[in-house]
Amino acid sequence: MLDTFAALAEPNRLRIVELLRRGPRPVNDIGARLELAQPQVSKHLRVLKQAGLVEVEARAQQRVYALDPRPLMQLARWLERYRALWDERFTQLDDVLEDLARQQKETGHGRTKKR
Amino acid sequence: MDEPRRGETTLELVGDRALRITRVFRAPPQVVFDAWTKPEVVARWWAPRSRAEMVESTADVRVGGAYRYVLRAREGHGFAHAGGATFAFSGMYLEVAPHARLAYTHVFEPMAHAGSCTIRVRFEPVGEWTRLISEEEYTSAELRGIVLETGMEHGMRETMDQLDDLVLTLT
Repeated sequence: MLDTFAALAEPNRLRIVELLRRGPRPVNDIGARLELAQPQVSKHLRVLKQAGLVEVEARAQQRVYALDPRPLMQLARWLERYRALWDERFTQLDDVLEDLARQQKETGHGRTKKR
Repeated sequence: MDEPRRGETTLELVGDRALRITRVFRAPPQVVFDAWTKPEVVARWWAPRSRAEMVESTADVRVGGAYRYVLRAREGHGFAHAGGATFAFSGMYLEVAPHARLAYTHVFEPMAHAGSCTIRVRFEPVGEWTRLISEEEYTSAELRGIVLETGMEHGMRETMDQLDDLVLTLT
């Protein structure tokens, strides 16, 4: 999974991944759409392939790259789990904040009292 | 004023070592700041109740001051398989700007050898509410990976989220 993070941390590789989310594309098309030089695109695609993020298929004279969604889904699950942890904390904090606001109203002042 | 919706918690990856968590609270910054820092208030919300309870919280909220939160994992809902055991998070305050900004180190003590994280929190007023932005910067990309992968086991259902919902914001 660190490979996934490392691969996506480079802005142009992230752009390639986002482009491929819309569908498979030949190498030269990726370069043209993202205005990247061919050697650069090839280098990034190699890293993405090593991280298991893309698959390549030879079609006629072209090499077509497609996204493999599995590492991204794994990443999404981990992020969602960590987000859910914070969301649970924050939902509890919402209740505490409501309590604090009620206490302030009862004491008639705008400040929380120290216990 | 209309009854506001419950805030939405967002999580973003920032570069290869950091995470950003954002949430809006229906209270002004001074109240949220107090709830975030006063240890007796932290004890009421910081432990995710489905998995743990807080058994001790101390905080000396000034630059160079330390805090420590001790949690006990609920049986069968272990944090990293620590069911029934206690474990602590601790750190030191690096910046304390009351009601506006905080920075502190944060260490999960059982994994202190793996590194730590620096948390920078901003409390921004949004009308009478607060937008809270917490950035967690880990000492290495590996540690951030560990925290996301294993550090915070959650018993939630494993949904296969649609790729379209994936937060892929890198700044």
